[in-house]
Amino acid sequence: MKVAVLVFPGTNCEHDVLHAFNSVLGARCHEVWHRETELGDPDLVIVPGGFSYGDYLRSGALAKLSPVIESVRQYAEKGGKVLGICNGFQILCEAGLLPGALLSNSRRRFLSRFVNVTVQSTNSSFTSEFSDGDVFSCPISHFEGNYFIEPDGLKGLEDGDQILFRYCDAEGSVVEDCAEANPNGSLRSIAGICNTTRNVAGLMPHPERSIQDITADRFGTGGSRLFTSLLAN
Amino acid sequence: MKKVQVLVRLKPGVLDVQGKAVEHGIADMGFESISGVRVGKLIELEVSQDTEESRKQIDELCTKLLSNPIIEDYEIRES
Repeated sequence: MKVAVLVFPGTNCEHDVLHAFNSVLGARCHEVWHRETELGDPDLVIVPGGFSYGDYLRSGALAKLSPVIESVRQYAEKGGKVLGICNGFQILCEAGLLPGALLSNSRRRFLSRFVNVTVQSTNSSFTSEFSDGDVFSCPISHFEGNYFIEPDGLKGLEDGDQILFRYCDAEGSVVEDCAEANPNGSLRSIAGICNTTRNVAGLMPHPERSIQDITADRFGTGGSRLFTSLLAN
Repeated sequence: MKKVQVLVRLKPGVLDVQGKAVEHGIADMGFESISGVRVGKLIELEVSQDTEESRKQIDELCTKLLSNPIIEDYEIRES
């Protein structure tokens, strides 16, 4: 598998993604600078985490205007797979490739810790190796991860089976108004979604940071199944 | 050169954590009569033309970049 990882000024998680694919998962991953328009014929595009353009104006607002995004848009329209992680999720929402927006965390804190996530749909290239309702631990690291969408949009996501991940407690229960089970206050505890054609997805947790033995003892390596799903499809 | 101000506000009902934090600060100052704080953005622009086209551009700028219509409203003020 050939993977392109986008790099904007202020991106800082591209090396985590490069390491995950090149050193752990046995794929080939290359960087694409945001001024480029050639993606390098990838099987998957990753928009990684960080603080593109210093989060000026709004997270992802300026990155969506970079030339590479038009190439990603065309790639996605042809069915190409695109995954946005953290700031990458924010960028894909700002670019209109995914619905909704990410607000500041409801409890006004930057959150950097492991959270529990439950799989809501296995019907995607991103989640096919999970089972419905699987619970895994995954790190988050963000200030603006509070997913928001207007009521019609929410209905569309739910009816279309587009919610891939929700935050939950250790037992897998989704409790929207509980700080432990829904740390950033996301609407309906939404942690990750896909588009209607199921080839573009975004999530706030960082699966690329929980795929190796270093996190296995305490937190598991649940993030790896997202990548093995992508490698299998 | 025409000066234009764009005010961007979170829509009513959208959680404004900055506003909440400022409100806590106001409470700490003991100003009990002040509440309902919402924090927005003021963006100033200079426009070399004042034509229908330039007005359209400013509108497009507001909807596509300066605000996110999912969560924010904007208001254009010309001086």
